[in-house]
Amino acid sequence: MNVKVTIDGKLYEVPSHYTALDACKAANIDIPTLCFLKELNETAACRMCVVEVEGARSLQASCVLKVRDGMKIKTNTKRVQDSRATTLELLLANHNKECLNCDRNGKCELQDLAERFHLKEIYFDSFEKRTPFIDDSSFSIVRDQSKCILCGRCVSACEKIAGMSVLAYTNRGFEANVGTGFNVELDDAGCISCGQCINVCPVGALQEKSHVEQVWDAISDPKKHVVIQTAPAVRAAIGEEFGLPIGTSCTGKMIAAIRRLGVDKVFDTNFAADLTILEEGHELLDRLQNGGKLPLLTSCSPGWIRLIEQYYPELLPNLSSCKSPHQMFGAIIKSYYAEKTKIDPKDIYVVSVMPCTAKKFEMNREELSHNGLKDVDAVLTTRELGRMLKEKGIRFNELPDEDFDHPLGEYTGAGVIFGATGGVMEAALRTVADILTGEDLKDFEYHAVRGFEGIKEAELEIAGNKISIAIAHGGGNARKLMDIIKSGKKEYHFVEIMGCEGGCINGGGQPYVNSHIRNEGIDYKKLRAQVLYNEDKSKEFRKSHHNKEVKQLYDEFLEKPNSHKAHELLHTSYKAREIFPIK
Amino acid sequence: MQYYRAHVLICGGTGCTSGKSLEIKAELEKQLVTYGIENEVKVVMTGCFGLCEAGPIMVVYPEGTFYAHVQVKDVKKIVEEHLFKGRIVKEKLYYEALDEDKVISVNEVEFYAKQKRIALSNCGVIDPENIDEYLAKDGYQALIKVLTDMKPREVIEEIKKSGLRGRGGAGFPTGLKWEFASNYEDDMKYVCCNADEGDPGAFMDRSILEGTPHSVIEAMTIAGYATGSKKGYIYIRAEYPIAVKRLEIAIKQAKDYGLLGNNILDTKFSFDIEIRLGAGAFVCGEETALIESIEGKRGMPRTKPPFPAEKGIWGKPTLINNVETFANIPAIILKGGEWFGSIGTEKSKGTKVFALGGKIKNTGLVEIPMGTTLREVIYGIGGGIPDNKKFKAVQTGGPSGGCLTAEHLDTPIDYDNLVSIGSMMGSGGMIVMDEDTCMVDIARFFLDFTCEESCGKCTPCREGTKRLKEILDKIVAGNGTIEDLDRLENLAGYIKDNALCNLGQTAPNPVISTLKFFRDEYMAHVVDKKCPTSVCKDLLQYTITDKCIGCGSCAKVCPQGCIEPLGKEINSKTKRRQYVIDQNKCIKCGACLEACPPKVKAIIRK
Repeated sequence: MNVKVTIDGKLYEVPSHYTALDACKAANIDIPTLCFLKELNETAACRMCVVEVEGARSLQASCVLKVRDGMKIKTNTKRVQDSRATTLELLLANHNKECLNCDRNGKCELQDLAERFHLKEIYFDSFEKRTPFIDDSSFSIVRDQSKCILCGRCVSACEKIAGMSVLAYTNRGFEANVGTGFNVELDDAGCISCGQCINVCPVGALQEKSHVEQVWDAISDPKKHVVIQTAPAVRAAIGEEFGLPIGTSCTGKMIAAIRRLGVDKVFDTNFAADLTILEEGHELLDRLQNGGKLPLLTSCSPGWIRLIEQYYPELLPNLSSCKSPHQMFGAIIKSYYAEKTKIDPKDIYVVSVMPCTAKKFEMNREELSHNGLKDVDAVLTTRELGRMLKEKGIRFNELPDEDFDHPLGEYTGAGVIFGATGGVMEAALRTVADILTGEDLKDFEYHAVRGFEGIKEAELEIAGNKISIAIAHGGGNARKLMDIIKSGKKEYHFVEIMGCEGGCINGGGQPYVNSHIRNEGIDYKKLRAQVLYNEDKSKEFRKSHHNKEVKQLYDEFLEKPNSHKAHELLHTSYKAREIFPIK
Repeated sequence: MQYYRAHVLICGGTGCTSGKSLEIKAELEKQLVTYGIENEVKVVMTGCFGLCEAGPIMVVYPEGTFYAHVQVKDVKKIVEEHLFKGRIVKEKLYYEALDEDKVISVNEVEFYAKQKRIALSNCGVIDPENIDEYLAKDGYQALIKVLTDMKPREVIEEIKKSGLRGRGGAGFPTGLKWEFASNYEDDMKYVCCNADEGDPGAFMDRSILEGTPHSVIEAMTIAGYATGSKKGYIYIRAEYPIAVKRLEIAIKQAKDYGLLGNNILDTKFSFDIEIRLGAGAFVCGEETALIESIEGKRGMPRTKPPFPAEKGIWGKPTLINNVETFANIPAIILKGGEWFGSIGTEKSKGTKVFALGGKIKNTGLVEIPMGTTLREVIYGIGGGIPDNKKFKAVQTGGPSGGCLTAEHLDTPIDYDNLVSIGSMMGSGGMIVMDEDTCMVDIARFFLDFTCEESCGKCTPCREGTKRLKEILDKIVAGNGTIEDLDRLENLAGYIKDNALCNLGQTAPNPVISTLKFFRDEYMAHVVDKKCPTSVCKDLLQYTITDKCIGCGSCAKVCPQGCIEPLGKEINSKTKRRQYVIDQNKCIKCGACLEACPPKVKAIIRK
């Protein structure tokens, strides 16, 4: 149904479910917003988007105001213009404006507004500012209160996406802050390090903990043999850092660019993803056939690992003992690869380029080391890689496509799709089905596990076995699914969980998708996932057990999946973690 | 049934309780036993009498003898003289209750005689912890009438006919609100009583709940019937322990009597009430923030629409009324909407309770018909300004109201008049200021409150009010400029226009109204760098004139040690050594002024 609204004197017909903001957009008027994120943060808190509505006493926030038939909206009056400018001025006056050395410089939504409004003066700049405070207790996330503008987006993301509510408003009035319960350090507050808060922050108040400096140091150290591995989701998004449209596949250019940073080898974490499938697939088969603990829960996502350790420790026995792919890769590089290349593992420096902030936490876990050496020495987010490439002056878009180094560079289509929700499940099913049927099945695309529905379920019949599966992504959905499992309402055999909504393609370390893109309704998660599914389709081998280099690894080194050696290098253990520990 | 020849009513409101009225009651009961008249005299602890200035209050019926400022040590005499021998203890009477030799009954004292009590009608009359006393005063008759005689629609029509408007501040027509809530269909609906009274100095809601909790319970049950709701919440601040306790008692009693709970009065109608305690945030009085708080979240206002009538508690249709609004309902049902509508002005019907405070003789609660003038309230009922000081301004509507001047004194009080002259009804706070009040300082004081109480959600309120206050800080420190006045005005207008909720939108009102009515005072601060009322310390200067006799009293008390003899010079008039204040060190505490011998008066402040 349509309604008629008058905007700045002109009559428009718009759908009745529109907000005033939508209606103005339809009338080609771009109203400034700041706190607004469609369907996520509709709180009307910042007041940047105010408009005049006939009959209303005060100005109205257009982002949440539903249109009515006959509504008369004015967007271009002095009252509106001055109000928006004052709102911006007030925000800027209480904002740490050290923009030039802010990670968000050039990509900041507040900066964009400042440019748009070109305020002549920020009168209150010399007045009191909120108490600055930096929380860098976390291995993954750094909070800088001096930059926070209290838009509340991170609060909503933490509540609605991550399902955590670790970040919330504290204090009142001018002293209001976004913080943790009892103001404990983020690391103690039950945070799962998923970094969804960083992704929605319009400014630089939330950042990943940077490993850029230490990676530069390692690269410039002639004694170090620097190996970089890249996660599947990175290639689907790194182009955005260089202005390429969302959904541009950049595998070849990414490899070429990383090589030009001066590293010794560029490998693909997908290789380890294939390895993971063989290990985890056999673990599943073992549990199915020998009456092990079910459902088997995947363990690739470190955000999810923190979630289960903190919130569902009773389900830890269900968790696969497999390390996450990049940790497996690190362990293989410092053993098999070191042996093969005759390089002392102590001199090898493994860098993982990940779409993820939780991996920064994960690489510091004590369990994830071997002979006193960490599996992985540094984790860069996709954003950090972008920064390094820019700093080095690499003309990313002009680079020729290059290929990963070998061995340990081969990967199958199954490895690639790890980066999207349902991908691990699908990859595992491709291998498990072949093993159970003893055939090389031709029909191996499992569309039921794809897509972005919060919780996906399916029942499959493979070689006469009924296998019941479920997939959840994002902490909030993961919690819902765990509650279902705990209650015994449903029984599954195999469950895939990703800590981030949409899987790794929307990880906390991926390039920023600013609110104007999100609010346009552009499904950036789908576009990025499509890159992975396309690459899958283009691969000659699309099942992990067809990866020749993986087979070679087993033949030469690991013997067989879940062997003693595989367990030593590729598997790990978990422990319950206390939230709000008393120190 | 036992008969008594006298009833002694002791105020058990929060004010008098803090004045030891519980101990007074205990002592009274003890003394009655001592004199052997415990079966002849009944002691009743009531709710608030309203005239808190005279507390602790004791009233003896049947004649209505009005004792004020009663202390434990006075009790024996009152029992012996008055209750035993029949001789009124005149020296303990309220000053207006004695006209030369004639004792005036409490109801004829001007403070009470000029009031019209509907919401407060049981306060200071019945024992709030005894449902029988409420029943004896026609309590629950309205509920009986509604459940047995009226359709929900008729109840709403009656409320609409009465013209009752919300007493919490905004003045929205109550009947309309009930109608909206009743029109939304859902499997669950809620009735909520907003008892999160937050205006500093306002305590009518507390007094109603302390004095006649059953009125509110009865009214909420009626509202439940009218709107089709089975469940009520009373959201009350935990700082009101007496009110909470009495509500709990009242809810239990009502349930025991079958007046609350399942199948009330054996009808099909069921209604239950739950108490929710608030932690005392001012913003939780805003209805959507209150709903968030009831749901267990941080009290931050939601955007409206949707209004609570459509989506309130747990997203269900919710009717929210203020305590005083509810307290009017039983009378409206019993006496009819027309009767209620006959009181008051054209658009504001009935009565309104005000909390008189500040520079006024009779601080306390008064209930007056709408349309009474400010002058009548302040000078008639309120007894005027103490110490023969001149009236300067009256702030109505709590911290977000406006300051009105002498020229507004003859304005009949109603919702629309107050708004039209730049203030508002609010919950009924009325703070009177005399000539010694600095209006810039007052604006700053109220702003300080709203600044602290802002929830921090929206930019205008969180950042804007703070900046307003900082400009005022600048002005009272003597650093203000003419441009700052424009800045104040613009920023205040901006906040009013842009803030998310009513708290934010009304926060700048004290600044706007004082700038409008007392601009000269701002100018004095900004241009002359003087505070005309000598309140703003930074603009003051204490100086010692040549009247100084060199006694050194001032130097002895100066906490800064900044007063010393002026060299060896001898004052030619007094032949003594003259003292002088080091202005750089002076903190303007005024101790020297106090210490200077009254006969000398050598120190001046300007």
